[in-house]
Amino acid sequence: MLASGFPLLHDYRMSASAAAREEPVRPTALPISLIDSKGTAVTGKRNAGFARPSDDVLLDLYRRMVVARRFDVQVSALTRQGRLATYPSALGQEACEISAVASLQVQDWIFPTYRDTIAVLSRGVSPAETLALFRGDWHLGFDPGRYRIAPQATPLATQALHAVGLATAAKLKGDDTVALTFLGDGSTSEGDAHEAFNFAAVWQAPVVFLVQNNQYAISVPVAKQTHARTFADKAIGYGMPGYFVDGNDAAAMFAVISSSVERARAGGGPTLIEGLTYRVEAHTNSDDPTRYRNKSEEAKWRALDPLLRLEKYLTAAGILTPAIASDISDEAEALATATREAMSETPAVDPLELFDHVYVNERPALLEQRAFLERELAATEAGSRS
Amino acid sequence: MTILENRATTKVVVPAPAQVTMAGALTAALRDSMADDPRVVVFGEDVGPLGGVFRVTDGLSKEFGESRIWDSPLAESGIVGTAIGMAMYGLRPVVEMQFDAFSYPAFEQITSHLAKMHNRSRGLVTLPIVIRIPYAGGIGGVEHHSDSSEAYWTHTPGLTVVTPSNPADAYSMLREAIASDDPVIFLEPKSRYWSKDAIELPVTTPPMTKGLVLREGTDVTLLAYGPTVKTALQAADLATAEGLSIEVIDLRSLSPFDDETVGESVRKTSRAAIIHEASQFGGYGAEVAARVTERQFFHLAAPILRITGFDIPFPSPKLEEYHLPTAERVLAALDTWEW
Repeated sequence: MLASGFPLLHDYRMSASAAAREEPVRPTALPISLIDSKGTAVTGKRNAGFARPSDDVLLDLYRRMVVARRFDVQVSALTRQGRLATYPSALGQEACEISAVASLQVQDWIFPTYRDTIAVLSRGVSPAETLALFRGDWHLGFDPGRYRIAPQATPLATQALHAVGLATAAKLKGDDTVALTFLGDGSTSEGDAHEAFNFAAVWQAPVVFLVQNNQYAISVPVAKQTHARTFADKAIGYGMPGYFVDGNDAAAMFAVISSSVERARAGGGPTLIEGLTYRVEAHTNSDDPTRYRNKSEEAKWRALDPLLRLEKYLTAAGILTPAIASDISDEAEALATATREAMSETPAVDPLELFDHVYVNERPALLEQRAFLERELAATEAGSRS
Repeated sequence: MTILENRATTKVVVPAPAQVTMAGALTAALRDSMADDPRVVVFGEDVGPLGGVFRVTDGLSKEFGESRIWDSPLAESGIVGTAIGMAMYGLRPVVEMQFDAFSYPAFEQITSHLAKMHNRSRGLVTLPIVIRIPYAGGIGGVEHHSDSSEAYWTHTPGLTVVTPSNPADAYSMLREAIASDDPVIFLEPKSRYWSKDAIELPVTTPPMTKGLVLREGTDVTLLAYGPTVKTALQAADLATAEGLSIEVIDLRSLSPFDDETVGESVRKTSRAAIIHEASQFGGYGAEVAARVTERQFFHLAAPILRITGFDIPFPSPKLEEYHLPTAERVLAALDTWEW
């Protein structure tokens, strides 16, 4: 009986399995931090018991973040020049994006959103394949099965359910595959986010939910998305661990994500991680952030830049030498050049391919429409010749 | 039982085909598909130990265990969304939406992802998923339990939409749907779940994308599907007394539409009508009427008629009989033509 005297038909809290269930990790009030914004190693409570990743790991994260930043800046520039239809930048979110990809094994899957292009790139997809979606030549430019990357999702939170399903299938097959899905602060308001969290917890699916709280859903600030203290707090209600992490601290992000990934792999079920970060650029090139946020806020977050602090830490520790920094810079510039070249070529599109992938099984009625377009194209070509 | 005599005059007892309900045929199709292919998994609301609210998954939980068939949380978008992820990993999920109108929370997953994934991935990702949806009225269901939602699905490129009208088709078409590499919306007419036929399982009927002439006639082509096939056959019976010969076609597949079978019939009869429970405006019959008119105009002697539910939300149990098309309504409609 509850205190009110209202009888519970079946008090699940009293069942043996519920009682035996481990108390999930409660998110901390302040974000977990391992390297602060000055580039200093964090000691004490703020690291929540997570150890700083090795110097090799940190240097690798730094290298990949620098390359990703250069790519992001280059693509934004190309978009302003009209080479791409649109590009949602992840500038300032490199610690979240790259730590996520670096935490995964080759058999694992990622489920990115439209903002996570640098994660796709960092998992090994070429610039041309990565940017097919935003260049507008096809909805997807890479082979999902080859890279174990789902197509970037444009509807919000829908891909989180796909991640839960894929991870559950892997679990049913006895594979040690983990799925990591990216989410944004705004998308946590969608029903599919709730359903994904719940299905994952009930099925104990090997999934990691990474909520990049970049504080804006286009123009709408976090305060208008949730009344919860943090997004990580939401994990408690689903019966899974939640971690609130400094999303601009690559060391902390890598430590928390990789431990959650390995916990999932070992059969420990899902985790919800919130990385507190900031969308430095506009939502896309067609957005105008001056209408909803001020310069001083942007300046404050620029000072908390994820690359800057890692650079300070690695330099002070003697790990990032001028020679290595120069190599990294060369790699970034080479990628920028390759990206420019890839985007300068006019993509070859075949209008007749529009009909080729709608169904696996051939449809006579669709072939009729294909033939119609084919005749129209032939007539246009004949007209332009005469 | 049929008793045959062989040459040695000893009596051999040959069992007559058993009476099989549509629900039973669907259960058998699921069982046989699961037995034949370990990639086939079944999940949804109450499909486990209960066997589904219509008992279509009856006994499967006991037979195959929780790794093949299980109760999911109560969330339709979650059911379809996770099925998509499972299919991306090589499984062939068959999921159940408990009732027609309860499939709407899954609308985005079905229209934006299930229907489009093969196309957006340029053919690299196939989603062999079957969504079973009990649909339509006639069972006295309370609100939200009797919708005919087929036009939402047929309007979506990328989906195959089929609906059986009898136990043999129910078995054969569900097996074919599960074997298909395209996602299939499998609409089960709930008023026909308990209809019986003497059939032997397994049975293979013509491909699910083909319409079937169930009864030949010379004066009118009457198109029906799912729950209205029975109504169409009744109308054809009644019409005989009036000296009218109706050809009844069970469309079976709503998307794709079998232009060939329908066209051949209409060229013969010169007249066509379509009957469905769903409301008329923007309904499936509108597409059929337009499509057949475009292709067979010079063979038609009269405009194509639609005998459908009214343009109202599905009525309450005591009023549904006024909404659902009947054989009498079909004949009255045919009388409006100038003959």
